Amino acid sequence: MKRYVHKLGMFVLLLGSWELVARLGIWSPHLFPGPVTVVKSLGAMLSDGRMAEATLRSLGRLGRAYLVSVAIGVPLGLLMARISFFRDAVKPVVMGLQALPSICWLPLALLWFGLTDAAILFVVVMGSVLGIAIATEDSVNGVDPQLVRVASTLGVKGMRFQLGVILPAALPGIVTGLKLGWSFAWRALLAGELLFVSGGLGQLLTVGRELMDVPQVMAVMLAIIVIGITVDRVLFQTVEVRVRRRWGLVPSM
Amino acid sequence: MRGLPMPSVPSPLPTSPHVRSLWPMLRALLGRWRSSLRLLRPAHVEANRAKIAVAQLGHQYANKVVALQDVDLNVRSGEFVCLLGPSGCGKSTLLYALAGQVKPTGGTVSIDGKPIHGPGPERLLMFQEAALFPWLTVRGNITFALAAKGVPRAQRKERADAFIRRVQLTGFEDTLPHQLSGGMKMRASLARALAMDPAVLLMDEPFGSLDAQTRIHMQELLQSIWMRTGKTVVFVTHDVHEALMLGTRVVLMAPRPGRVVRDLEVHLPMPRKPEDAGLNEMTRHVRELLRQVEGPAPREPVPRPPPAPHPAVPAHGLARPAR
Repeated sequence: MKRYVHKLGMFVLLLGSWELVARLGIWSPHLFPGPVTVVKSLGAMLSDGRMAEATLRSLGRLGRAYLVSVAIGVPLGLLMARISFFRDAVKPVVMGLQALPSICWLPLALLWFGLTDAAILFVVVMGSVLGIAIATEDSVNGVDPQLVRVASTLGVKGMRFQLGVILPAALPGIVTGLKLGWSFAWRALLAGELLFVSGGLGQLLTVGRELMDVPQVMAVMLAIIVIGITVDRVLFQTVEVRVRRRWGLVPSM
Repeated sequence: MRGLPMPSVPSPLPTSPHVRSLWPMLRALLGRWRSSLRLLRPAHVEANRAKIAVAQLGHQYANKVVALQDVDLNVRSGEFVCLLGPSGCGKSTLLYALAGQVKPTGGTVSIDGKPIHGPGPERLLMFQEAALFPWLTVRGNITFALAAKGVPRAQRKERADAFIRRVQLTGFEDTLPHQLSGGMKMRASLARALAMDPAVLLMDEPFGSLDAQTRIHMQELLQSIWMRTGKTVVFVTHDVHEALMLGTRVVLMAPRPGRVVRDLEVHLPMPRKPEDAGLNEMTRHVRELLRQVEGPAPREPVPRPPPAPHPAVPAHGLARPAR
Protein backbone atom coordinates (compact mmCIF):
# COMPACT_ATOMS: atom_id res chain seq x y z
CA MET A 1 0.00 0.00 0.00
CA LYS A 2 2.75 2.38 1.05
CA ARG A 3 4.65 1.52 -2.12
CA TYR A 4 1.73 2.64 -4.25
CA VAL A 5 1.39 5.87 -2.30
CA HIS A 6 5.07 6.58 -2.93
CA LYS A 7 4.72 5.78 -6.62
CA LEU A 8 1.62 7.93 -7.03
CA GLY A 9 3.24 10.78 -5.09
CA MET A 10 6.29 10.78 -7.34
CA PHE A 11 4.07 10.69 -10.43
CA VAL A 12 1.99 13.65 -9.28
CA LEU A 13 5.13 15.56 -8.29
CA LEU A 14 6.66 15.04 -11.75
CA LEU A 15 3.53 16.13 -13.60
CA GLY A 16 3.10 19.08 -11.26
CA SER A 17 6.62 20.41 -11.73
CA TRP A 18 6.37 19.87 -15.48
CA GLU A 19 3.15 21.93 -15.62
CA LEU A 20 4.70 24.55 -13.33
CA VAL A 21 7.82 24.97 -15.48
CA ALA A 22 5.67 25.19 -18.61
CA ARG A 23 3.49 27.89 -17.05
CA LEU A 24 6.43 29.92 -15.80
CA GLY A 25 7.04 30.69 -19.47
CA ILE A 26 10.85 30.39 -19.39
CA TRP A 27 10.69 28.77 -22.79
CA SER A 28 8.21 29.36 -25.55
CA PRO A 29 5.07 27.23 -25.05
CA HIS A 30 5.59 25.92 -28.59
CA LEU A 31 8.88 24.38 -27.54
CA PHE A 32 7.95 23.37 -24.00
CA PRO A 33 4.25 22.58 -23.73
CA GLY A 34 2.73 21.49 -20.44
CA PRO A 35 1.29 18.04 -19.80
CA VAL A 36 -2.25 19.21 -20.52
CA THR A 37 -1.35 20.23 -24.08
CA VAL A 38 0.55 17.01 -24.61
CA VAL A 39 -2.35 14.88 -23.39
CA LYS A 40 -4.71 16.84 -25.67
CA SER A 41 -2.43 16.10 -28.62
CA LEU A 42 -2.30 12.45 -27.61
CA GLY A 43 -6.10 12.41 -27.42
CA ALA A 44 -6.33 13.93 -30.88
CA MET A 45 -4.03 11.29 -32.33
CA LEU A 46 -5.93 8.55 -30.57
CA SER A 47 -9.32 9.77 -31.78
CA ASP A 48 -8.37 10.19 -35.47
CA GLY A 49 -6.74 6.74 -35.52
CA ARG A 50 -3.24 7.88 -36.37
CA MET A 51 -1.85 6.54 -33.10
CA ALA A 52 -3.60 3.19 -33.38
CA GLU A 53 -2.42 2.72 -36.95
CA ALA A 54 1.16 3.62 -36.15
CA THR A 55 1.21 1.44 -33.05
CA LEU A 56 -0.22 -1.55 -34.90
CA ARG A 57 2.28 -1.09 -37.67
CA SER A 58 5.23 -0.84 -35.28
CA LEU A 59 4.14 -3.75 -33.12
CA GLY A 60 3.42 -5.87 -36.18
CA ARG A 61 6.95 -5.31 -37.42
CA LEU A 62 8.35 -5.90 -33.99
CA GLY A 63 6.41 -9.13 -33.59
CA ARG A 64 7.62 -10.55 -36.88
CA ALA A 65 11.23 -9.53 -36.33
CA TYR A 66 11.19 -10.75 -32.76
CA LEU A 67 9.84 -14.16 -33.74
CA VAL A 68 12.64 -14.51 -36.28
CA SER A 69 15.14 -13.46 -33.62
CA VAL A 70 13.88 -16.03 -31.14
CA ALA A 71 13.73 -18.75 -33.76
CA ILE A 72 17.37 -18.11 -34.66
CA GLY A 73 18.78 -16.89 -31.35
CA VAL A 74 17.68 -19.67 -28.99
CA PRO A 75 18.92 -22.56 -31.19
CA LEU A 76 22.11 -20.63 -31.92
CA GLY A 77 22.68 -20.18 -28.19
CA LEU A 78 22.07 -23.88 -27.54
CA LEU A 79 24.52 -24.82 -30.29
CA MET A 80 27.13 -22.39 -28.99
CA ALA A 81 26.90 -23.95 -25.54
CA ARG A 82 26.75 -27.61 -26.55
CA ILE A 83 28.81 -28.06 -29.72
CA SER A 84 32.51 -27.30 -29.71
CA PHE A 85 32.61 -26.00 -33.28
CA PHE A 86 30.03 -23.36 -32.46
CA ARG A 87 31.71 -22.55 -29.17
CA ASP A 88 35.14 -22.15 -30.73
CA ALA A 89 34.31 -20.63 -34.10
CA VAL A 90 30.85 -19.03 -34.06
CA LYS A 91 30.81 -17.59 -30.56
CA PRO A 92 33.69 -15.13 -31.11
CA VAL A 93 31.94 -13.86 -34.24
CA VAL A 94 28.67 -13.41 -32.32
CA MET A 95 30.49 -11.63 -29.51
CA GLY A 96 32.22 -9.34 -32.02
CA LEU A 97 29.02 -8.43 -33.83
CA GLN A 98 27.32 -7.77 -30.52
CA ALA A 99 29.72 -4.85 -30.05
CA LEU A 100 28.09 -3.12 -33.03
CA PRO A 101 25.09 -0.95 -32.10
CA SER A 102 22.12 -2.28 -34.00
CA ILE A 103 21.32 0.97 -35.83
CA CYS A 104 24.70 0.74 -37.56
CA TRP A 105 23.18 -2.06 -39.65
CA LEU A 106 20.68 0.38 -41.17
CA PRO A 107 22.82 1.84 -43.98
CA LEU A 108 23.74 -1.67 -45.09
CA ALA A 109 20.14 -2.80 -44.79
CA LEU A 110 18.94 0.14 -46.91
CA LEU A 111 21.46 -0.69 -49.61
CA TRP A 112 20.54 -4.38 -49.58
CA PHE A 113 16.78 -4.21 -49.19
CA GLY A 114 15.92 -0.65 -50.28
CA LEU A 115 13.33 1.46 -48.49
CA THR A 116 11.21 -1.51 -47.48
CA ASP A 117 9.90 -3.19 -44.36
CA ALA A 118 12.56 -5.84 -44.84
CA ALA A 119 15.30 -3.31 -44.10
CA ILE A 120 13.78 -2.44 -40.72
CA LEU A 121 13.10 -6.08 -39.92
CA PHE A 122 16.74 -6.83 -40.68
CA VAL A 123 17.93 -4.12 -38.30
CA VAL A 124 15.61 -5.31 -35.53
CA VAL A 125 16.66 -8.93 -35.96
CA MET A 126 20.34 -8.02 -35.92
CA GLY A 127 19.72 -5.92 -32.83
CA SER A 128 18.15 -8.68 -30.76
CA VAL A 129 19.24 -12.06 -32.12
CA LEU A 130 22.78 -11.88 -30.79
CA GLY A 131 21.69 -10.82 -27.34
CA ILE A 132 19.23 -13.70 -27.18
CA ALA A 133 21.85 -16.17 -28.39
CA ILE A 134 24.41 -15.02 -25.84
CA ALA A 135 21.90 -15.09 -22.97
CA THR A 136 20.77 -18.59 -24.00
CA GLU A 137 24.35 -19.83 -24.21
CA ASP A 138 25.08 -18.35 -20.82
CA SER A 139 22.12 -19.99 -19.13
CA VAL A 140 22.86 -23.38 -20.72
CA ASN A 141 26.43 -23.17 -19.44
CA GLY A 142 25.04 -22.35 -16.02
CA VAL A 143 22.91 -25.50 -15.80
CA ASP A 144 23.41 -27.30 -12.49
CA PRO A 145 26.06 -30.00 -13.19
CA GLN A 146 24.28 -32.24 -10.70
CA LEU A 147 21.28 -32.44 -13.07
CA VAL A 148 23.60 -33.36 -15.93
CA ARG A 149 25.16 -36.11 -13.82
CA VAL A 150 21.81 -37.46 -12.67
CA ALA A 151 20.59 -37.50 -16.27
CA SER A 152 23.65 -39.51 -17.28
CA THR A 153 23.16 -42.03 -14.48
CA LEU A 154 19.48 -42.36 -15.39
CA GLY A 155 20.54 -43.03 -18.97
CA VAL A 156 18.89 -39.91 -20.43
CA LYS A 157 20.72 -39.31 -23.70
CA GLY A 158 20.55 -37.61 -27.08
CA MET A 159 17.63 -35.37 -27.98
CA ARG A 160 15.75 -36.40 -24.86
CA PHE A 161 18.66 -35.03 -22.85
CA GLN A 162 19.01 -31.81 -24.86
CA LEU A 163 15.31 -30.99 -24.99
CA GLY A 164 14.16 -32.68 -21.78
CA VAL A 165 16.96 -31.72 -19.39
CA ILE A 166 19.22 -28.97 -20.76
CA LEU A 167 16.50 -26.78 -22.27
CA PRO A 168 14.14 -26.77 -19.26
CA ALA A 169 17.05 -26.43 -16.83
CA ALA A 170 18.19 -23.35 -18.73
CA LEU A 171 14.68 -21.97 -19.26
CA PRO A 172 14.64 -19.37 -16.45
CA GLY A 173 17.82 -17.85 -17.87
CA ILE A 174 16.52 -18.10 -21.42
CA VAL A 175 13.33 -16.23 -20.48
CA THR A 176 15.43 -13.45 -18.99
CA GLY A 177 17.40 -13.41 -22.24
CA LEU A 178 14.18 -13.18 -24.26
CA LYS A 179 13.11 -10.19 -22.18
CA LEU A 180 16.44 -8.55 -22.81
CA GLY A 181 16.17 -9.35 -26.51
CA TRP A 182 12.74 -7.76 -26.62
CA SER A 183 14.01 -4.50 -25.22
CA PHE A 184 16.91 -4.53 -27.71
CA ALA A 185 14.43 -5.15 -30.50
CA TRP A 186 12.16 -2.33 -29.35
CA ARG A 187 15.06 0.15 -29.37
CA ALA A 188 16.32 -0.99 -32.75
CA LEU A 189 12.84 -0.78 -34.22
CA LEU A 190 12.25 2.82 -33.18
CA ALA A 191 15.70 3.90 -34.26
CA GLY A 192 15.07 2.35 -37.64
CA GLU A 193 11.62 3.87 -38.01
CA LEU A 194 12.92 7.32 -37.11
CA LEU A 195 15.41 7.33 -39.90
CA PHE A 196 13.17 6.73 -42.87
CA VAL A 197 9.55 7.06 -43.90
CA SER A 198 7.90 3.85 -42.93
CA GLY A 199 4.66 4.51 -41.10
CA GLY A 200 4.85 3.65 -37.43
CA LEU A 201 5.57 5.28 -34.11
CA GLY A 202 9.03 6.36 -35.22
CA GLN A 203 7.63 8.12 -38.21
CA LEU A 204 4.97 9.79 -36.12
CA LEU A 205 7.82 11.28 -34.11
CA THR A 206 9.61 12.47 -37.24
CA VAL A 207 6.46 14.04 -38.62
CA GLY A 208 5.99 15.87 -35.34
CA ARG A 209 9.48 17.25 -35.64
CA GLU A 210 8.98 18.33 -39.26
CA LEU A 211 5.75 20.14 -38.42
CA MET A 212 7.39 21.73 -35.35
CA ASP A 213 4.61 20.09 -33.35
CA VAL A 214 6.33 19.60 -29.98
CA PRO A 215 3.16 18.39 -28.21
CA GLN A 216 2.89 15.60 -30.79
CA VAL A 217 6.54 14.65 -30.31
CA MET A 218 6.07 14.47 -26.55
CA ALA A 219 2.78 12.61 -26.88
CA VAL A 220 4.39 9.94 -29.06
CA MET A 221 7.26 9.66 -26.60
CA LEU A 222 4.74 9.09 -23.83
CA ALA A 223 2.98 6.46 -25.90
CA ILE A 224 6.28 4.68 -26.57
CA ILE A 225 7.06 4.60 -22.85
CA VAL A 226 3.61 3.26 -22.00
CA ILE A 227 3.75 0.51 -24.65
CA GLY A 228 7.28 -0.48 -23.62
CA ILE A 229 6.40 -0.76 -19.95
CA THR A 230 3.17 -2.60 -20.68
CA VAL A 231 4.80 -5.33 -22.74
CA ASP A 232 7.70 -5.65 -20.33
CA ARG A 233 5.57 -5.80 -17.21
CA VAL A 234 2.48 -7.60 -18.42
CA LEU A 235 4.04 -10.13 -20.76
CA PHE A 236 7.61 -10.83 -19.78
CA GLN A 237 7.45 -10.19 -16.06
CA THR A 238 4.47 -12.55 -15.76
CA VAL A 239 6.14 -15.32 -17.73
CA GLU A 240 9.43 -14.85 -15.92
CA VAL A 241 7.85 -14.94 -12.47
CA ARG A 242 5.78 -17.99 -13.36
CA VAL A 243 8.75 -19.92 -14.66
CA ARG A 244 10.92 -19.00 -11.69
CA ARG A 245 8.18 -19.96 -9.30
CA ARG A 246 7.59 -23.34 -10.91
CA TRP A 247 11.33 -24.01 -10.95
CA GLY A 248 11.44 -23.18 -7.25
CA LEU A 249 13.83 -20.25 -7.72
CA VAL A 250 11.61 -17.87 -5.78
CA PRO A 251 9.65 -18.88 -2.70
CA SER A 252 6.06 -19.42 -3.81
CA MET A 253 3.47 -18.05 -1.45
CA MET B 1 -10.18 -52.78 35.16
CA ARG B 2 -7.04 -50.93 36.00
CA GLY B 3 -8.79 -48.42 38.24
CA LEU B 4 -10.36 -51.10 40.48
CA PRO B 5 -8.52 -52.08 43.63
CA MET B 6 -7.17 -55.58 43.07
CA PRO B 7 -6.89 -58.16 45.84
CA SER B 8 -3.28 -58.51 46.85
CA VAL B 9 -1.73 -61.26 44.76
CA PRO B 10 1.58 -62.72 45.93
CA SER B 11 4.26 -61.39 43.63
CA PRO B 12 6.12 -64.01 41.61
CA LEU B 13 9.30 -62.04 42.12
CA PRO B 14 11.41 -62.47 45.24
CA THR B 15 11.52 -59.61 47.71
CA SER B 16 14.73 -58.01 46.47
CA PRO B 17 14.85 -58.23 42.67
CA HIS B 18 17.83 -55.89 42.32
CA VAL B 19 20.37 -58.21 43.86
CA ARG B 20 19.11 -61.22 41.99
CA SER B 21 19.06 -59.61 38.52
CA LEU B 22 22.44 -57.90 38.77
CA TRP B 23 24.50 -60.94 37.85
CA PRO B 24 22.48 -62.01 34.80
CA MET B 25 22.56 -58.41 33.61
CA LEU B 26 26.32 -58.30 33.84
CA ARG B 27 26.59 -61.63 32.12
CA ALA B 28 24.30 -60.46 29.36
CA LEU B 29 26.40 -57.36 28.87
CA LEU B 30 29.60 -59.31 28.67
CA GLY B 31 28.01 -61.80 26.34
CA ARG B 32 26.72 -59.05 24.13
CA TRP B 33 30.13 -57.48 23.89
CA ARG B 34 31.69 -60.81 22.99
CA SER B 35 28.96 -61.65 20.53
CA SER B 36 29.26 -58.26 18.89
CA LEU B 37 32.77 -59.28 17.96
CA ARG B 38 31.59 -62.68 16.81
CA LEU B 39 28.85 -61.03 14.77
CA LEU B 40 31.43 -58.93 12.95
CA ARG B 41 33.51 -61.37 10.96
CA PRO B 42 36.05 -60.77 8.18
CA ALA B 43 34.48 -61.21 4.76
CA HIS B 44 36.01 -63.45 2.11
CA VAL B 45 34.39 -63.31 -1.30
CA GLU B 46 36.05 -64.92 -4.27
CA ALA B 47 36.18 -62.89 -7.43
CA ASN B 48 34.57 -65.56 -9.58
CA ARG B 49 31.46 -65.60 -7.39
CA ALA B 50 31.13 -61.84 -7.20
CA LYS B 51 28.59 -59.60 -8.88
CA ILE B 52 30.95 -56.63 -8.69
CA ALA B 53 34.67 -57.37 -8.83
CA VAL B 54 37.19 -54.63 -8.16
CA ALA B 55 40.82 -55.67 -8.60
CA GLN B 56 43.98 -53.69 -7.94
CA LEU B 57 42.07 -50.48 -8.42
CA GLY B 58 44.10 -47.32 -8.23
CA HIS B 59 43.20 -43.76 -8.97
CA GLN B 60 45.32 -40.66 -9.00
CA TYR B 61 43.76 -37.27 -9.59
CA ALA B 62 45.38 -34.74 -11.90
CA ASN B 63 46.77 -32.93 -8.88
CA LYS B 64 48.76 -36.10 -7.95
CA VAL B 65 46.52 -36.90 -4.99
CA VAL B 66 46.29 -40.67 -4.70
CA ALA B 67 42.62 -41.27 -4.08
CA LEU B 68 42.81 -45.06 -4.25
CA GLN B 69 45.65 -47.55 -4.09
CA ASP B 70 45.46 -51.31 -4.66
CA VAL B 71 41.81 -51.67 -3.78
CA ASP B 72 40.32 -55.15 -4.07
CA LEU B 73 36.65 -55.59 -3.38
CA ASN B 74 34.25 -58.35 -4.39
CA VAL B 75 30.56 -57.85 -3.85
CA ARG B 76 28.07 -60.70 -4.07
CA SER B 77 24.68 -60.25 -5.64
CA GLY B 78 22.11 -59.03 -3.12
CA GLU B 79 24.65 -57.74 -0.63
CA PHE B 80 24.33 -54.38 1.09
CA VAL B 81 27.90 -53.12 1.27
CA CYS B 82 28.73 -49.96 3.18
CA LEU B 83 31.96 -48.16 2.34
CA LEU B 84 32.92 -46.50 5.59
CA GLY B 85 35.75 -44.13 6.32
CA PRO B 86 36.80 -40.58 7.08
CA SER B 87 36.71 -37.93 4.38
CA GLY B 88 39.51 -38.28 1.87
CA CYS B 89 39.69 -42.07 2.11
CA GLY B 90 38.55 -42.49 -1.48
CA LYS B 91 35.19 -44.09 -0.71
CA SER B 92 33.33 -41.74 -3.03
CA THR B 93 35.97 -42.15 -5.73
CA LEU B 94 35.54 -45.93 -5.49
CA LEU B 95 31.77 -45.54 -5.78
CA TYR B 96 32.09 -43.22 -8.78
CA ALA B 97 34.46 -45.71 -10.39
CA LEU B 98 31.79 -48.39 -9.92
CA ALA B 99 29.24 -46.03 -11.44
CA GLY B 100 31.52 -45.34 -14.38
CA GLN B 101 31.56 -41.62 -13.70
CA VAL B 102 35.27 -41.72 -12.84
CA LYS B 103 37.74 -43.53 -15.05
CA PRO B 104 40.31 -45.06 -12.70
CA THR B 105 43.99 -44.74 -13.60
CA GLY B 106 44.75 -48.36 -12.75
CA GLY B 107 43.10 -51.72 -12.09
CA THR B 108 39.77 -53.10 -13.24
CA VAL B 109 36.12 -52.90 -12.26
CA SER B 110 33.83 -55.53 -13.66
CA ILE B 111 30.18 -56.39 -13.21
CA ASP B 112 29.07 -59.95 -13.85
CA GLY B 113 32.51 -60.61 -15.24
CA LYS B 114 32.35 -57.83 -17.82
CA PRO B 115 34.64 -54.83 -17.39
CA ILE B 116 32.74 -51.54 -17.27
CA HIS B 117 33.30 -48.52 -19.44
CA GLY B 118 31.26 -45.55 -18.36
CA PRO B 119 27.77 -45.37 -16.84
CA GLY B 120 25.33 -48.16 -17.58
CA PRO B 121 21.66 -48.89 -17.03
CA GLU B 122 22.33 -51.78 -14.62
CA ARG B 123 24.07 -49.42 -12.15
CA LEU B 124 22.33 -46.38 -10.77
CA LEU B 125 24.06 -43.68 -8.77
CA MET B 126 22.25 -41.65 -6.11
CA PHE B 127 23.74 -38.48 -4.71
CA GLN B 128 23.72 -36.64 -1.43
CA GLU B 129 21.28 -34.21 -2.98
CA ALA B 130 17.98 -35.57 -4.22
CA ALA B 131 18.83 -34.10 -7.68
CA LEU B 132 15.22 -34.11 -8.86
CA PHE B 133 14.38 -32.20 -12.03
CA PRO B 134 12.85 -29.06 -10.48
CA TRP B 135 10.39 -28.36 -13.31
CA LEU B 136 8.80 -31.82 -13.10
CA THR B 137 6.43 -33.10 -10.46
CA VAL B 138 7.32 -36.12 -8.34
CA ARG B 139 5.47 -38.36 -10.78
CA GLY B 140 6.88 -36.46 -13.76
CA ASN B 141 10.41 -37.08 -12.54
CA ILE B 142 9.77 -40.82 -12.47
CA THR B 143 7.90 -41.05 -15.76
CA PHE B 144 10.62 -39.00 -17.47
CA ALA B 145 13.24 -41.48 -16.29
CA LEU B 146 11.02 -44.40 -17.30
CA ALA B 147 10.63 -42.89 -20.77
CA ALA B 148 14.43 -42.75 -21.08
CA LYS B 149 14.52 -46.42 -20.09
CA GLY B 150 12.09 -47.21 -22.90
CA VAL B 151 9.03 -48.14 -20.84
CA PRO B 152 5.87 -47.80 -22.99
CA ARG B 153 3.86 -44.65 -22.33
CA ALA B 154 0.79 -46.55 -21.12
CA GLN B 155 2.67 -48.22 -18.26
CA ARG B 156 4.68 -45.27 -17.00
CA LYS B 157 2.11 -43.60 -14.77
CA GLU B 158 1.02 -46.80 -13.11
CA ARG B 159 4.59 -47.85 -12.47
CA ALA B 160 5.53 -44.42 -11.13
CA ASP B 161 2.60 -44.45 -8.73
CA ALA B 162 3.54 -47.90 -7.49
CA PHE B 163 7.02 -46.70 -6.52
CA ILE B 164 5.65 -43.48 -5.02
CA ARG B 165 3.51 -45.71 -2.81
CA ARG B 166 6.51 -47.83 -1.92
CA VAL B 167 8.42 -44.82 -0.56
CA GLN B 168 5.27 -43.59 1.21
CA LEU B 169 4.81 -40.42 -0.81
CA THR B 170 1.23 -41.12 -1.84
CA GLY B 171 -0.66 -37.85 -2.15
CA PHE B 172 2.40 -35.95 -3.37
CA GLU B 173 2.43 -37.30 -6.93
CA ASP B 174 1.68 -33.88 -8.45
CA THR B 175 3.87 -31.85 -6.11
CA LEU B 176 6.89 -29.98 -7.38
CA PRO B 177 10.24 -30.80 -5.76
CA HIS B 178 10.74 -27.38 -4.18
CA GLN B 179 7.49 -27.83 -2.27
CA LEU B 180 8.80 -30.99 -0.56
CA SER B 181 10.90 -31.30 2.60
CA GLY B 182 14.43 -32.68 2.43
CA GLY B 183 13.39 -36.17 3.47
CA MET B 184 10.50 -36.24 1.02
CA LYS B 185 12.79 -35.12 -1.81
CA MET B 186 15.14 -37.97 -0.96
CA ARG B 187 12.23 -40.41 -0.96
CA ALA B 188 11.13 -39.15 -4.37
CA SER B 189 14.69 -39.59 -5.59
CA LEU B 190 14.73 -43.11 -4.17
CA ALA B 191 11.44 -43.90 -5.90
CA ARG B 192 12.91 -42.68 -9.19
CA ALA B 193 16.01 -44.82 -8.70
CA LEU B 194 13.98 -47.92 -7.80
CA ALA B 195 11.62 -47.42 -10.73
CA MET B 196 14.60 -47.72 -13.05
CA ASP B 197 15.06 -51.22 -11.60
CA PRO B 198 18.86 -51.31 -11.67
CA ALA B 199 20.64 -54.48 -10.54
CA VAL B 200 23.05 -52.39 -8.51
CA LEU B 201 22.19 -49.27 -6.52
CA LEU B 202 25.14 -47.01 -5.74
CA MET B 203 24.47 -44.43 -3.04
CA ASP B 204 26.81 -41.57 -2.15
CA GLU B 205 25.96 -40.47 1.40
CA PRO B 206 22.32 -40.09 0.38
CA PHE B 207 21.10 -39.23 3.87
CA GLY B 208 24.03 -37.02 4.81
CA SER B 209 22.14 -33.77 4.54
CA LEU B 210 19.04 -34.89 6.44
CA ASP B 211 18.30 -34.21 10.08
CA ALA B 212 18.83 -37.07 12.51
CA GLN B 213 15.19 -38.07 12.85
CA THR B 214 14.53 -38.06 9.10
CA ARG B 215 17.73 -39.99 8.52
CA ILE B 216 16.55 -42.80 10.78
CA HIS B 217 13.22 -42.94 8.95
CA MET B 218 15.03 -43.11 5.63
CA GLN B 219 17.35 -45.84 6.87
CA GLU B 220 14.42 -47.95 8.00
CA LEU B 221 12.63 -47.34 4.73
CA LEU B 222 15.69 -48.22 2.68
CA GLN B 223 16.22 -51.36 4.74
CA SER B 224 12.67 -52.58 4.26
CA ILE B 225 12.86 -51.87 0.53
CA TRP B 226 16.20 -53.66 0.27
CA MET B 227 14.80 -56.67 2.12
CA ARG B 228 11.89 -56.84 -0.32
CA THR B 229 13.78 -56.27 -3.55
CA GLY B 230 17.13 -57.93 -2.79
CA LYS B 231 19.09 -55.41 -4.81
CA THR B 232 22.84 -55.17 -4.60
CA VAL B 233 23.60 -51.90 -2.84
CA VAL B 234 26.90 -50.12 -2.37
CA PHE B 235 26.42 -47.35 0.13
CA VAL B 236 29.00 -44.70 1.01
CA THR B 237 28.85 -43.14 4.45
CA HIS B 238 31.09 -41.72 7.15
CA ASP B 239 28.55 -42.55 9.85
CA VAL B 240 29.54 -45.79 11.61
CA HIS B 241 26.11 -46.33 13.09
CA GLU B 242 24.45 -45.88 9.72
CA ALA B 243 26.83 -48.37 8.10
CA LEU B 244 26.15 -51.03 10.74
CA MET B 245 22.44 -50.32 10.76
CA LEU B 246 22.12 -50.92 7.03
CA GLY B 247 24.98 -53.07 5.81
CA THR B 248 25.39 -56.80 5.55
CA ARG B 249 29.00 -55.90 5.04
CA VAL B 250 31.08 -52.94 6.11
CA VAL B 251 34.26 -52.03 4.28
CA LEU B 252 36.52 -49.80 6.37
CA MET B 253 38.71 -47.43 4.38
CA ALA B 254 41.57 -45.18 5.38
CA PRO B 255 43.04 -42.08 3.74
CA ARG B 256 46.46 -41.10 2.34
CA PRO B 257 46.49 -43.17 0.20
CA GLY B 258 42.86 -44.25 0.01
CA ARG B 259 42.73 -47.99 0.71
CA VAL B 260 40.63 -50.76 2.25
CA VAL B 261 41.79 -51.71 5.72
CA ARG B 262 39.04 -54.04 6.94
CA ASP B 263 36.25 -55.91 5.24
CA LEU B 264 33.72 -57.15 7.77
CA GLU B 265 30.46 -59.05 7.53
CA VAL B 266 27.75 -57.86 9.88
CA HIS B 267 25.80 -60.80 11.29
CA LEU B 268 22.94 -58.94 12.88
CA PRO B 269 19.38 -60.00 12.12
CA MET B 270 17.27 -57.80 9.82
CA PRO B 271 15.30 -55.64 10.14
CA ARG B 272 17.53 -53.75 12.51
CA LYS B 273 16.46 -51.02 14.86
CA PRO B 274 18.68 -47.97 15.38
CA GLU B 275 18.42 -48.29 19.16
CA ASP B 276 19.33 -52.01 19.17
CA ALA B 277 21.90 -52.65 21.92
CA GLY B 278 23.99 -55.10 19.88
CA LEU B 279 24.18 -52.55 17.10
CA ASN B 280 25.35 -49.85 19.47
CA GLU B 281 27.97 -52.12 21.01
CA MET B 282 29.24 -52.93 17.55
CA THR B 283 29.26 -49.25 16.61
CA ARG B 284 31.57 -48.52 19.54
CA HIS B 285 33.84 -51.36 18.45
CA VAL B 286 34.05 -50.19 14.83
CA ARG B 287 34.67 -46.59 15.91
CA GLU B 288 37.62 -47.90 17.88
CA LEU B 289 38.87 -49.73 14.80
CA LEU B 290 38.49 -46.61 12.70
CA ARG B 291 40.42 -44.55 15.21
CA GLN B 292 43.28 -47.03 14.93
CA VAL B 293 43.37 -47.03 11.14
CA GLU B 294 43.12 -43.25 10.99
CA GLY B 295 46.62 -43.10 12.42
CA PRO B 296 49.64 -42.66 10.16
CA ALA B 297 49.58 -44.81 7.06
CA PRO B 298 51.76 -47.93 7.39
CA ARG B 299 53.35 -47.43 4.00
CA GLU B 300 54.62 -43.96 4.78
CA PRO B 301 56.92 -44.22 7.76
CA VAL B 302 56.47 -41.20 9.95
CA PRO B 303 59.75 -39.82 11.25
CA ARG B 304 59.86 -40.94 14.84
CA PRO B 305 61.02 -38.53 17.52
CA PRO B 306 64.42 -39.33 19.02
CA PRO B 307 64.31 -41.59 22.06
CA ALA B 308 62.93 -39.73 24.99
CA PRO B 309 65.65 -38.59 27.40
CA HIS B 310 63.45 -39.67 30.30
CA PRO B 311 62.31 -43.22 29.56
CA ALA B 312 59.90 -43.02 32.43
CA VAL B 313 57.60 -40.74 30.41
CA PRO B 314 56.06 -42.46 27.37
CA ALA B 315 56.66 -40.46 24.19
CA HIS B 316 53.15 -40.90 22.91
CA GLY B 317 51.22 -40.18 26.04
CA LEU B 318 49.72 -42.71 28.37
CA ALA B 319 48.67 -46.09 27.12
CA ARG B 320 44.93 -46.50 26.68
CA PRO B 321 43.46 -48.18 29.74
CA ALA B 322 42.24 -51.68 29.10
CA ARG B 323 38.49 -52.10 28.86
